[in-house]
Amino acid sequence: MQTISTDVLVIGGGATGSGALRDLAMRGIRAILVEKGDLTHGTTGRYHGLLHSGGRYVTKDPQSANECARENAILRRIMPHCIEDTSGFFVITPWDDPEYGDLFMANCRKTGVPVSELPLAEMRRREPALNPQIARAFEVADAAADSFLAAHTNVLAAREYGAQVLTYHTLIALLREGDQIVGAIVEDLRSGERKKIACAYVLNATGAWAGKVAALAGVKVTVLPGKGTLVAMNHRMVNTVINRCKLPSDGDIIVPVHSVAVIGTTDTFVPDPDFYGIEAEEVQFMLDEGEKLVPGFKQYRALRAWAGVRPLYKDQDVTNDRDLSRTYKLLDHAQRDGVEGMISLVGGKWTTYRLMAEDAVNVIAQRLGNTKPCRTAEETMPTPPFERRSVTIATEDGPTLHWLGKPLAAVEQTQAYNDLICECELVTRSRLQEAMASGASNIDDLRRMVRVGMGPCQGGWCVYRSSALLYEERSAKADPHTPFHIEYANAALLHFLQERWRGLIPVLWGDQLRQARLDELIFAGLLGIHRLRDHARQGGGLVTPE
Amino acid sequence: MGHLEDSLDQCIKCNVCMTACPVAAVSPHFPGPKVVGPQAQRFRHADQPVPDASVDYCSGCRVCNEVCPAGVRIAELNARARAQLVAAQGQSLRNRIIARAGLVGRLSSGPHAPLLNMGLGLRPLRWVMEQVIQIHRDAPLPPASRHTFGHWFRQRGQRRGLRQVVYYHGCSTQYYEPWVGQAAVAVLEHNGFEVIVPDQDCCGLPLLSNGDFRSAERQHRYNVAQLIPYVRQGIPVVGTSTSCILTLKEEAPELLDLTSQEVADVAAHTYDIFEFLRTLAERNELKTDFRAISRTLPYHPPCQLRAHRIGLPALDVLSLIPGLRLVESQAACCGIAGTYGLKREKYALAMAVGAPLFQFVRESGSDLALCDSETCRWQISHATGVTTKHPIEILAAAYGL
Repeated sequence: MQTISTDVLVIGGGATGSGALRDLAMRGIRAILVEKGDLTHGTTGRYHGLLHSGGRYVTKDPQSANECARENAILRRIMPHCIEDTSGFFVITPWDDPEYGDLFMANCRKTGVPVSELPLAEMRRREPALNPQIARAFEVADAAADSFLAAHTNVLAAREYGAQVLTYHTLIALLREGDQIVGAIVEDLRSGERKKIACAYVLNATGAWAGKVAALAGVKVTVLPGKGTLVAMNHRMVNTVINRCKLPSDGDIIVPVHSVAVIGTTDTFVPDPDFYGIEAEEVQFMLDEGEKLVPGFKQYRALRAWAGVRPLYKDQDVTNDRDLSRTYKLLDHAQRDGVEGMISLVGGKWTTYRLMAEDAVNVIAQRLGNTKPCRTAEETMPTPPFERRSVTIATEDGPTLHWLGKPLAAVEQTQAYNDLICECELVTRSRLQEAMASGASNIDDLRRMVRVGMGPCQGGWCVYRSSALLYEERSAKADPHTPFHIEYANAALLHFLQERWRGLIPVLWGDQLRQARLDELIFAGLLGIHRLRDHARQGGGLVTPE
Repeated sequence: MGHLEDSLDQCIKCNVCMTACPVAAVSPHFPGPKVVGPQAQRFRHADQPVPDASVDYCSGCRVCNEVCPAGVRIAELNARARAQLVAAQGQSLRNRIIARAGLVGRLSSGPHAPLLNMGLGLRPLRWVMEQVIQIHRDAPLPPASRHTFGHWFRQRGQRRGLRQVVYYHGCSTQYYEPWVGQAAVAVLEHNGFEVIVPDQDCCGLPLLSNGDFRSAERQHRYNVAQLIPYVRQGIPVVGTSTSCILTLKEEAPELLDLTSQEVADVAAHTYDIFEFLRTLAERNELKTDFRAISRTLPYHPPCQLRAHRIGLPALDVLSLIPGLRLVESQAACCGIAGTYGLKREKYALAMAVGAPLFQFVRESGSDLALCDSETCRWQISHATGVTTKHPIEILAAAYGL
């Protein structure tokens, strides 16, 4: 078995893990990240894409609110290309307690969350679709974030500092010698090959899976996987993040992110973060809540529904899971359980990933005798090659953030209309090629990188094109002894269609049903997809589980 | 919900519009209706610059709307995007001129019209015009009339009838083709109507299709104010310029988001003249004292007529004339699309769009063609040399008027 030596093994390729990897690498600590799927394959890739202002937590969780407010300003600076400055409103609808408005303002001030009350006329001018019965509106610094791009950005920055990343490597065992964790066995899902990673420290950054990983070290960590269901709507009926001004609950936020608007979310305990469904009632509930913010919300086209599992750490008895702190916990297993060499990071949220990483790496660095300070809040990160870089919008001085029209402006600038592989999300051939060169292991990875297949047709027109391109690229670059077979690309196609289908099932009515019917005609009627299973198999460096 | 922009949700990317679009078929500059319509709309933001100037290559012919199986308002999405472009970047001098059909007409018609028409026939002058204001040297500009339609109507006076009808003549009849209005008045009066011609402004369509929504709104409000007193008395409004009528009926209120009762009432009581005459015929109220016209004529139902979604009323009514046979063109568009084909950079494209129609007209062997829309008539005559008339002129002739 191959053995790799490093200082720190980071487990989990979400926001926290990739952020920690960068922090470690910037301090000159050798580090490897392992992730059982693609980067952001877990909860990071399944949330609504909100860069919190902190407003949602000012009353129930002041510490989280303050952390969010501080990190919000930092992330805008260090990864501007991942953030769209949508701004955010908290609005009091007829269903909300009008008294909460003043308390909200006061608590924002107390927790350092910038806020201002917005005249209703101004609110209506900026967001004409909002419910005219809204009684008060407050503006905060919410924004939309691309969590996929952010993880890739952190990993790219970490790699430039010498870190290593192993995606599609699953954790088989943690190696424990007495009371000391000394490494791990991982398996490469593409080849089945096992590797030993010897390290001085393990950082368990697996979120909702933290309990499962800790168990491999013989340590008990209770993480309540809280399922949050989200529904993406086909277009942005609002361009500002809209929150109900009340204590956080289900279906109370709409986030315009990229070309869609996402409504979220629910919070349901699920026993296992790997197995859960999306219930029709959840989707219905969310649409009903959306209706309160934007009359006619239900008439808009729902694109798909999905769920992520929140990593809520439970170390005391709390009756309502929503009352669990959204702030994070650093579990030092040496102090907590007498097991040296491992830290678990649980709880928290995307907005505070950098701070969580900083805290964890501070402890690890100290143990390793490294005294370099954290610099992750100071350095602006590089933009991954598959992201559009050239098209800017005139702004006041400051970083150039993402803007809604950027993908279209890029296509217009290069007149690449005839070279679109994914028409809905305006993904050109060259961007897909860049993403493939950056190591995508299937079409779902490409989706996370460049949004291929995320638009209204949910892959109807781009999947077969992407598969063909994948085949062309891989077979052209394959070495003659291990050729890239067409069957591998076929498996990738089937895998992606299946993934898309899962998200479509909960929203099959109206326009999306019509779309699914057309997609079915294309794949089943025209292309005979049912025969493809016999000509598909996993291989060629792709991971396409059945 | 209910806004035009929301109709993008209905797109299933089926590409039917892409295969039907006459502009995309002949131009590399226009990516196609789906691409610049519902697809691009997801990336537009009211407070950000419109990222795609390509949308300006949409001619507004509305063939896409006609073929869309899902009901996406593609042409309207494009018109709005263009307006946003114009609002942000300003309007060229050329577009400012050609979008003001009423003003141009007023300045062109009159005693000096023959001189002006002669000037517009001079190649060097047209070349200078092309250089200076970017109107293509070969583009079909209609000769202006010495006397306006309004002048003719005032001279002869309003004649009493059993029932009243308001005639909306539009700019082309007023300044360039008064005979079309004269034919319309004759036909209506022959059928017992008292024709009222109120003061009126340009319908605003050229402004709408050049993205100047603010000026278009001013004109529409003026027209509504002029027409509403009659509409309230139950007097219908009819017009021979089918695109102006479509603008009053639907385009202006929708694109400009005008929802007042006045606007809606005027829209609901305005008719294309043949739509109106066909209704009379269906009630057996249309006189049928026609002389036989033993001819077979090519007929092109213009895009703007098809956009009314009222079938082909001119074809229905003219079929009552003994001996007359009309052959429908089946062509998508003549290419001109109002002012589109006049533009230096779009002239060749417009001619290419119209090529199948021109071939149809030429191959008919007829020296006369029919079409309900004025700019299309000018384009067809320009491209084929075949005289093109409004169907109302034939109807008037059949009545012996």
